[in-house]
Amino acid sequence: MTQTQNDQRLDHAAEPGAVSTNGAAARFARLRVPFNQNTSLLIALAVLVTIIGVQAPEFFGSANLRTIGTTIAIAGVLAVAQTIVIIIGGLDISVGSITGLTSVTCAMVFTSAGGPFPGLLSALAAGLACGLVNGLIIVYGRVNPVIATLATLAAYKGIAQLISDGRAQGYVGADPIFIFIARGSIAGIPTLIWVFALIAVAAHVLLKYTDIGRNLYAIGGNDKAARLAGVNLNRYIIAAYCLTGAVAGFAGILLTAKTGSGQPVSGSEGLELYSITAAALGGCAMQGGRGTIPGTVLALVLLGVLENGLNILGVNSFWQNVAKGTLLVAAVVIQQRRSGERRIGLPR
Amino acid sequence: MLRLRGLSKSFAGLPALRDVSIDCNPGEVLALMGENGAGKSTLLKILAGEHVPDSGTVELDNEPLPLGSPTKARRAGIRIISQEPEIIRDVSVAENIFVGNVSTGGGRRFDRKRLTAAAHEHLRRLGLDGLLQPEARGQDLSPAQRQLVEIARALVDTPKVLALDEPTSSLTDREADALFTLVRQLRDSGVAVIYVSHRMAEIFQLADRIAVLRDGALVGERSTAATAEHEVVRLMVGRDLSGMFVREHAADERVVLTLEDVTTDDVSGISLQVRAGEVVGLAGLVGAGRSELARAVFGDVPLRAGRVLVDGQPIELRSPRDAINAGIGLAPEERKADALLLERSVRDNASLAVLDRLSRFRFVRRGAERELVEGLATRLRVRTPSIEHEVRKLSGGNQQKTVLVRWLARKPKVLILDEPTRGVDVGAKAEIYATIDALAAEGVAVLVVSSELPEVLGLSDRIVVMQNGRITGELTRGEATEERVLALAMADHLTGAS
Ligand SMILES: Nc1ncnc2c1ncn2[C@@H]1O[C@H](COP(=O)(O)OP(=O)(O)OP(=O)(O)O)[C@@H](O)[C@H]1O
Ligand SMILES: [Mg+2]
Repeated sequence: MTQTQNDQRLDHAAEPGAVSTNGAAARFARLRVPFNQNTSLLIALAVLVTIIGVQAPEFFGSANLRTIGTTIAIAGVLAVAQTIVIIIGGLDISVGSITGLTSVTCAMVFTSAGGPFPGLLSALAAGLACGLVNGLIIVYGRVNPVIATLATLAAYKGIAQLISDGRAQGYVGADPIFIFIARGSIAGIPTLIWVFALIAVAAHVLLKYTDIGRNLYAIGGNDKAARLAGVNLNRYIIAAYCLTGAVAGFAGILLTAKTGSGQPVSGSEGLELYSITAAALGGCAMQGGRGTIPGTVLALVLLGVLENGLNILGVNSFWQNVAKGTLLVAAVVIQQRRSGERRIGLPR
Repeated sequence: MLRLRGLSKSFAGLPALRDVSIDCNPGEVLALMGENGAGKSTLLKILAGEHVPDSGTVELDNEPLPLGSPTKARRAGIRIISQEPEIIRDVSVAENIFVGNVSTGGGRRFDRKRLTAAAHEHLRRLGLDGLLQPEARGQDLSPAQRQLVEIARALVDTPKVLALDEPTSSLTDREADALFTLVRQLRDSGVAVIYVSHRMAEIFQLADRIAVLRDGALVGERSTAATAEHEVVRLMVGRDLSGMFVREHAADERVVLTLEDVTTDDVSGISLQVRAGEVVGLAGLVGAGRSELARAVFGDVPLRAGRVLVDGQPIELRSPRDAINAGIGLAPEERKADALLLERSVRDNASLAVLDRLSRFRFVRRGAERELVEGLATRLRVRTPSIEHEVRKLSGGNQQKTVLVRWLARKPKVLILDEPTRGVDVGAKAEIYATIDALAAEGVAVLVVSSELPEVLGLSDRIVVMQNGRITGELTRGEATEERVLALAMADHLTGAS
């Protein structure tokens, strides 16, 4: 460590006023694994897995790992979408309701059209439409995203209950496509996990490697600056909510397949909070501009393992909630302390 | 007497201050100079209790000063006027001034009338009345007025030590003169003043002694009477700088930017042309409408009437995006609020306006991006350990340069620079001037808004002077003198017309 510091000092002194990216310090900085949010999540995960594994070796069984994967898949899809909205400085509380609404839509269209594909497409279209409405309300109605999606959370839930009469709708459990989604697997990995993984990878690539992703981070970091650099704010914000809605449509499809029918409310309630929890635990800053998909995915795994492990160990579910809450607070406190913010007034 | 001994401070292993020892006596103005990133603000922040030094001590009147506590520093009589003024947007100037000093009202009750009256009285005592209205709201203030609020706030009672971090960088001459008078008064009443600035002229007017920092270390202390500008510059940059301004290239005949009767809420009937390779300076006092005009041309402020043409083609300006697509670039006046993503790297910030060009099938070509940004950052001498460094951690001047890199990368046909050298050190100023000259030589039409008269005079082929949202005159490089520009900038005041 002293060696590096010396290097850095020399480097800094050697080329005053110049960008010294070729220096030893910079090379080292690129090589060094940053001790960031993801590292602490990994450590927490390792600790948790060790504790659970020692007490209950069946935790490592492939059946159990599959269970963990399929439980987090639906919430995971939503958390990925949530990450994108939080990065632009927004929030989407309505994702759970959209999931319910699209689930009902999917099952009902399936029943009336008599085929799986109209059902799948209608779910995505309904999700997209819900997201579009969110985006339009926020951008053109000038409504704070929390309030706007709080309102549509209620409204979409209401619509789902209205069209379904408040009951589970349709039966898709006999259709081979839905059976494949719910219980099939490719290369030994369940389809549910594949869908989640593909969505996560696509979102990661979008955020990390494309100009769209850069602009999304820019909007969350400083929307005024982004606008003055030529980013079309309105279009990006609306698109981000549309994307979230469409992804919630995927979650609706997964939910329908998993439960065998369209669930207006019961299968999706609370998923919005779960998705926000995962994003926050994964390092998203609520004011926007910060957060990554790998972080969110790690957080999801951590939450899934925690829940599953406590189940295996026979801890009752009330305690599980307490444990989840504690984990979130601990993670965020660690994150804030590492960022070196001074402890004065309200946190940023 | 203020005594700093052996102060050192590193950020993540990179030293910002190395073993600095300086004294500052009551009744003395000590100027602190140095390039961007030399450690001046870091030193003041240690005094203010915002940063804790890694080693070293501070003594005030032979008492050790507890370090790392803003409240204790304040109680000991130290006041720092920081580089970036903190303003509460939704309350009045009076409340902004007295925030944290509740002693003005009776008990806990909030008495707005009395507070406003107290603010009037306070501003009058400081000689800042007429420049600042106590009733105005924080969000309506110009950068200059914000700076004045910050100053008024620090001087609610008389301090023992007053440190000012680039107080004049957003002020025009009138406000700056008021500030100088004030600083002299304070000095004469026995305050120890530390004064950070990049403006040589005012340092030599104001300071008794000059201390120069380079790369965090104190490299020299001179009495102002016994030194000269070029010596101070040499201490700062470690080499001689000759000829700040270069304007070599004659402009083309081809007109690139045309404004026809441009009118917004705050400016009216502005018509002007900028030719390829020409540098036009926009001079005027604060509030003359220069920044507003710049933003209007850039599509950020809606036009009420008139039109903007680039290469003879009228452009429809609905947003800055339209302006950028038409080939216009703007480096705005307030870098932190309007230009920078503080949490992101120099690279991300610099490439933001060229991502479309750097991308293939929407994928950003990282190698090309790195090469572009690194090249330009080196050319402008952005001092950062690497282009992956967060912009928040750079010194003020280097943040400004990062904004310039963004627009150099875009290579616009028309570049509008609003106060491009605010807070930038002499060496880097020379770089920026040379860059502007080089851009002009490449055929870019450049419009520079600047409140520093020597800069406008040295840089521009033509100077357009504004007052109250209108153009009051135009001078060619040959005709322009400080007096003539000022006369036009204050045309109304001089003729007594309004
Ligand atoms: N909070 C911080 N975190 C990391 N590095 C910092 C931080 N604040 C300052 N630095 C670094 O310390 C060095 C000195 O910065 P400082 O702000 O004191 O410069 P300065 O002399 O005031 O420059 P300027 O004239 O541009 O304002 C710079 O290299 C800067 O990048
Ligand atoms: Mg500074």
